[in-house]
Amino acid sequence: MNSERCAACKYLRRRCPSDCIFAPYFPSNNPQRFACVHKIYGASNVGKMLQQLPTHKRVQAANSLYYEAQCRIQDPVYGCVGIISLLLQQIHKAENQLAKTQAEIAVLSNSHTQDSQFQQNFLLQQGNVGQSSRPSTQPSSWFK
Amino acid sequence: MGGNSPCASCKLLRRRCAKDCIFAPYFPSDDPHKFAIVHKVFGASNVSKMLQELPIHQRADAVSSLVYEANARVRDPVYGCVGAISYLQNQVSQLQMQLAVAQAEILCIQMQNEPVVMPTPQMDDPDDARSSSSSFLHPNNLPQYLNFASSSNVIHDSLKRESIFGDIIS
Repeated sequence: MNSERCAACKYLRRRCPSDCIFAPYFPSNNPQRFACVHKIYGASNVGKMLQQLPTHKRVQAANSLYYEAQCRIQDPVYGCVGIISLLLQQIHKAENQLAKTQAEIAVLSNSHTQDSQFQQNFLLQQGNVGQSSRPSTQPSSWFK
Repeated sequence: MGGNSPCASCKLLRRRCAKDCIFAPYFPSDDPHKFAIVHKVFGASNVSKMLQELPIHQRADAVSSLVYEANARVRDPVYGCVGAISYLQNQVSQLQMQLAVAQAEILCIQMQNEPVVMPTPQMDDPDDARSSSSSFLHPNNLPQYLNFASSSNVIHDSLKRESIFGDIIS
């Protein structure tokens, strides 16, 4: 009973052994996945990289190799390094924006505190004025 | 110029370094590690094909990025560069959240400040100021201000990349 060959062995036109290193990570229903990885790394290098890893880490390794290979095909000059560069720029911009916003908060909080104190003092003053024998509607000395 | 020494690639591959060697400009003989690591991850043949498909003025950058990726893969054989991308995307998300919180805080402060502008000369009863301010703090006013939180297109672009990448790290 021949089970179907994996995408790697189909691509490489060879028999797919039962312990094929590629089979678990490059199923036959996704030939593009292996083609992509093979184009950038080569089957031999991919096989070596997977073999050097413990079995439970090979899925993530195959996925990350596929992702990097896709990035390199889409951007042959920078590959996924272009994405890293863009993310660093975004972080830098966001940090600047955050710093600016936090400075605005500090300014607004300070002016709100000063206004509140101003209001409080003004109201106290009005209260004191109301207690005096001569009621006055004149603005207090605050407005001078 | 006589007696050119072979480039790092041709030294490693033990072959004659031709005058038009595609590797020579980018893998000088004084840095053998640079080619060794790229060869280990990508293979000389693949690197040569990739360089040949690029215009000459872009090859130096391509080599630099290949060296970077190869180093990342050797340091982290499971995730390579993708580990760094994942980390940076998390940072972007966290910063976006912090920014949204800070911007919401500004709005709250502004809304609190608005009714406390200037006491008008006609105002005899100080309590009038306080009662007129309560309408600015109506809960229905808040949601429309908070909707802008995800306004930054720059950060949204990185989150789109997360959808390409999201199923890789689990």
